[in-house]
Amino acid sequence: MQDRVYVWEAPVRVTHWINVICILALSVTGFYIGNPFLVARETSAFLMGWMRFVHFVVAYIFVVNMAVRIYWAFAGNKYAVWQEILPFTGDRMGKLFSHMSYYAFLGKKPPTELGHTPLASAGYCIMYALFALSAVTGFALYSQPHHHGFLQFAFGWVFGIMSIPATRLLHHLTMWLIFYFVILHIYLVLFQNSTSKSGILGSIFDGYRFVPSKKAGK
Amino acid sequence: MRDLPEDYSDNSEQPFDRLVARGVTRRDFMKFCSAMAAVLALPHTFAGKIAEAIEAARRPSLVWLEFQDCCGNSEALLRASKPTIGRIVLDILSVDYHETIMAAAGKQAEKSLYDVVDKQKGKYIAVVEGSIPMKDNGVYCCVGGKSALDIARKVCGNAMATIAVGTCATAGGIPAAKPNPTGAVGVKTAVPGITLINLPGCPMNVENLTATVVHFLTFGALPATDGEGRPLFAYGERIHDHCERRAHFDAGQFVRQWGDEGHRQGWCLYEMGCKGPETYGNCPVVKYNMGTSWPVQAGHGCVGCYQANFWDNMTPFYRRLPKVPGFGVETTADKIGIGVAAVAAAGVAAHRIARAIKGKGEEETEE
Ligand code: HEM
Ligand code: HEM
Ligand code: SF4
Repeated sequence: MQDRVYVWEAPVRVTHWINVICILALSVTGFYIGNPFLVARETSAFLMGWMRFVHFVVAYIFVVNMAVRIYWAFAGNKYAVWQEILPFTGDRMGKLFSHMSYYAFLGKKPPTELGHTPLASAGYCIMYALFALSAVTGFALYSQPHHHGFLQFAFGWVFGIMSIPATRLLHHLTMWLIFYFVILHIYLVLFQNSTSKSGILGSIFDGYRFVPSKKAGK
Repeated sequence: MRDLPEDYSDNSEQPFDRLVARGVTRRDFMKFCSAMAAVLALPHTFAGKIAEAIEAARRPSLVWLEFQDCCGNSEALLRASKPTIGRIVLDILSVDYHETIMAAAGKQAEKSLYDVVDKQKGKYIAVVEGSIPMKDNGVYCCVGGKSALDIARKVCGNAMATIAVGTCATAGGIPAAKPNPTGAVGVKTAVPGITLINLPGCPMNVENLTATVVHFLTFGALPATDGEGRPLFAYGERIHDHCERRAHFDAGQFVRQWGDEGHRQGWCLYEMGCKGPETYGNCPVVKYNMGTSWPVQAGHGCVGCYQANFWDNMTPFYRRLPKVPGFGVETTADKIGIGVAAVAAAGVAAHRIARAIKGKGEEETEE
């Protein structure tokens, strides 16, 4: 028999799916901004205008959503806290290696984790770093029309580190790096879902995972 | 704004008298003053104040130094098509030294430079065109046996104010492009701590130089600048935000190839590598050669020449994004991106196949 354990509270699930929608919208509009493949017939059209508008509005949602998740990394349950995400805490480094050797077909199957597996959380760490990078470079680019003002004050320093074209390039490349991790992320979730009965796939929808009865309980 | 000494010249000749002597009419002069008010983003009522100031001005001495340059900024000054405006600038100021246009040569010329430096210490304006080489004690650019660095230190160090014109003088420009064999830098780096205004551009726009001087004569102070010492009236806004092709950008109408239908229609040059979105300057508003045209109007994208190190940072000029460091010129960011994503996909596929071969043995062991 299996017991249900409530692992992902609503804020984790909701921010996850808002995040997914944001990344999709930002990627589609960002890709158009980078390579405007559609040509408008009329000059009265506002194709690039809308793409940029949507990109910027979603960018704000994306950043606020990320802030909510970061707040929850301090306020949430034991599976959502930041110690679960940073790979250096506790014995997570050791677990990380046993998971890596399992995925490389070298080691034995490690015990299923209820929260993030150490390998997954290492990936999330990199993903969050990439999100932060795209937000910083993105807001720096966004501050450009305003040579002075709040945004310039908050993000203008980026152009002291790298030129404006280099910032655009980095912002652009970040999108592809995020794709890389998203592909691996979805695959690993599906892989784990099919190799264990802990119900990982369902967990991001309803929050519950399953454990054999004896392991359950506080 | 930095205040400058009141008595910057003991030369009592009135510029306006000289202009009249040269056939400049009152009407031309007032037009010039209104144009200057516009460039400086002042209300047009300031034209009168500017006219008064210029009429009353005692002509400050100006010396024009040329170092590692192509003379493009001097050209820009001299090529001002309506003679009146260019002349007005030269006549408001007493240009005592300018290698390219002065009659004197050799020792005689150098003497007139040092006469100004010695006799009018702290009262003259120095204009610098071209970069200053720092490597090997500055031997790569010498005038009359003195290195550019020594000349700049002496001349700019004793000036009331220095105006660096062109991207070379402001930030090293083309001589400073990688690998920068002469160690070229701009005036700001070569002679730190002086009163300096930067007017970058390849070349700078004479209207901005004129307006800076007019501002100085009118208000007795240099114009407000940004963090790089560039006057905000000229470098405070992005080219892309004032471009006449911007409506095509927002609409989504882009030139794809030189000479294609869109190019003939005057569509946006974004995809042809226009650097207007990365560059601050008033080109679309003031334009060049007395308001005749500017690169984008002529059908060529902006190359970002107003930005420091544009030769390194804004290239390739005909691509929107720079090349990715460490990859070939032909490799675009997207090719690398597709490669990265393909590696992920291939990894996923390989993992699936390996798993199929290994069999699903372990799966049910959990319970
Ligand atoms: C996952 C997040 C994001 C992705 C995948 C993404 C993607 C992109 C891409 C591909 C471009 C085109 C870059 C180019 O080729 O020049 C772009 C442009 C841009 N992005 Fe993002 N972006 C993201 C987040 C953000 C954020 C958070 C902001 C902040 C406001 C932002 C602001 C911008 C701006 C200002 C531009 C330039 C638009 C223009 O030139 O008008 N982006 N983005
Ligand atoms: C743009 C696409 C996606 C991104 C950027 C993304 C990102 C993330 C991140 C950052 C986490 C960590 C959650 C946290 O603690 O905050 C996470 C967890 C999770 N995601 Fe996604 N995700 C994406 C798409 C998907 C999809 C399509 C699925 C379903 C097939 C999925 C299933 C899951 C699951 C099951 C977890 C929890 C797994 C665990 O670590 O135990 N994700 N995702
Ligand atoms: S031509 Fe250049 S500056 Fe003008 S709208 Fe297009 S990208 Fe912007």
